[in-house]
Amino acid sequence: MASPAVEFRNVRKSFSAGSPVLDGISFTVQEGETLALVGPSGCGKTTALKLVNRLLNHDSGDVLVFGRDVRGENPIALRRQLGYVIQEAGLFPHWSVRENVEAVPRLLGWGEKAMRTRSNELLDLVNLPAGEFGDRRPRELSGGQRQRVGVARALAADPPVLLMDEPFGALDPIARRSMQREFAEWKRRLGKAVLLVTHDLREAFRLGDHVAILDRGRARQIGTPREILESPADDFVREFVSDELPAETGA
Amino acid sequence: MSSLAGYFWVRRSEILVLTGEHLLLVLLSTFIAVAIGVPLGVMLTRRPRLARPVLGFANVVQTIPSLALFGFLIPLPAIGGIGARTAITALVVYALLPILQNTHAGILSVDPAITEAATGIGMTAQQRLRLVELPLALPVVLAGIRIATVVSIGLATIAAAIGAGGLGVLIYRGVAIVDHRLILAGAVPAALLALGADGVLGLIERRLRP
Repeated sequence: MASPAVEFRNVRKSFSAGSPVLDGISFTVQEGETLALVGPSGCGKTTALKLVNRLLNHDSGDVLVFGRDVRGENPIALRRQLGYVIQEAGLFPHWSVRENVEAVPRLLGWGEKAMRTRSNELLDLVNLPAGEFGDRRPRELSGGQRQRVGVARALAADPPVLLMDEPFGALDPIARRSMQREFAEWKRRLGKAVLLVTHDLREAFRLGDHVAILDRGRARQIGTPREILESPADDFVREFVSDELPAETGA
Repeated sequence: MSSLAGYFWVRRSEILVLTGEHLLLVLLSTFIAVAIGVPLGVMLTRRPRLARPVLGFANVVQTIPSLALFGFLIPLPAIGGIGARTAITALVVYALLPILQNTHAGILSVDPAITEAATGIGMTAQQRLRLVELPLALPVVLAGIRIATVVSIGLATIAAAIGAGGLGVLIYRGVAIVDHRLILAGAVPAALLALGADGVLGLIERRLRP
């Protein structure tokens, strides 16, 4: 069997002398699937994500990308193969929309023509046609539009894996809902492996093929949304689900 | 007033030569201060533990009265002595603090989410500095250079005291023979230079705001 896109094996991580942020966590993201990490703030979900592209380094256990230990990889080269989307998009304010989208291809040394073709294609994909939006600065866009540029930038070099940290967290509920719908469409067309971090269980259920419920650095349950709804593994999961989704559970 | 203008007109060639000397002192010293201050300011953002003592030291040096600093420098080899070299050394010392401070503050003021995004998409530390941090910090860095330049134009008048030339020559001569018109022949061009530099650099700064 092919190696999963991302795999965590009993990963531990703590900052300074405090209690561990990740306390022996394991999960896999198969090619083409989306795994949503969800949990209350402080559960370690963002830390887990940053271990994949080595913005942080883990203490023990293994973090594998396509079967290769990330600790053996050059972090710069590794990051260029992992699309990274963060809350508020983290766009470069002094660059145009097009320059932002072309950031990774430029780092990789693509030619001007190839970059232009690629940015046109991606801006079309995220419904921000280059003719109208390409020359604008990020501050001239709405929150939802900025977030779309963030997604286009992450996809630019066609990475096999996308890491998304609260990608729609800063949006109002309506923009958020429409971005979630668009995400489902991109996912269907592109077939990327996605590791998504969110504090919003509703979003995790909408976007994730599998969902991992995290609490204090451990995965309480990993399963499909249906499995988690129908047979919560323990009281924490049951309560978390009924707090977050009162309608679905009838609580 | 018209007699003053006439007085300036008669001495125009001398005023022009001294203004040229003055500008040269200021440009050279500011250039050297930028060459030292900007890299050092960046370095201090990478080594926060050094930032406090170094910025503190630069602050203290700033409080040395300028005439005293010129005096201290005269006996030193290489950077001291009598003449323009010593004046430039002193002007660099004074110009360094605002440039150092603003570079440090400018880089630190860049939104951490943006620098993390830069790292996260695979920029090396150098690329992040060159492509993201310095361009975003540039208006603040330039504000420091503007302050340094304006202060240097004023301070450079004192350089005449150690034989470095510049518009201070007219001022000192005017003081010595108690001739107000002669003092003004040095002071007015110096003030105009300062205003002009402030205006031009301020304009560039506003243009560069992202």
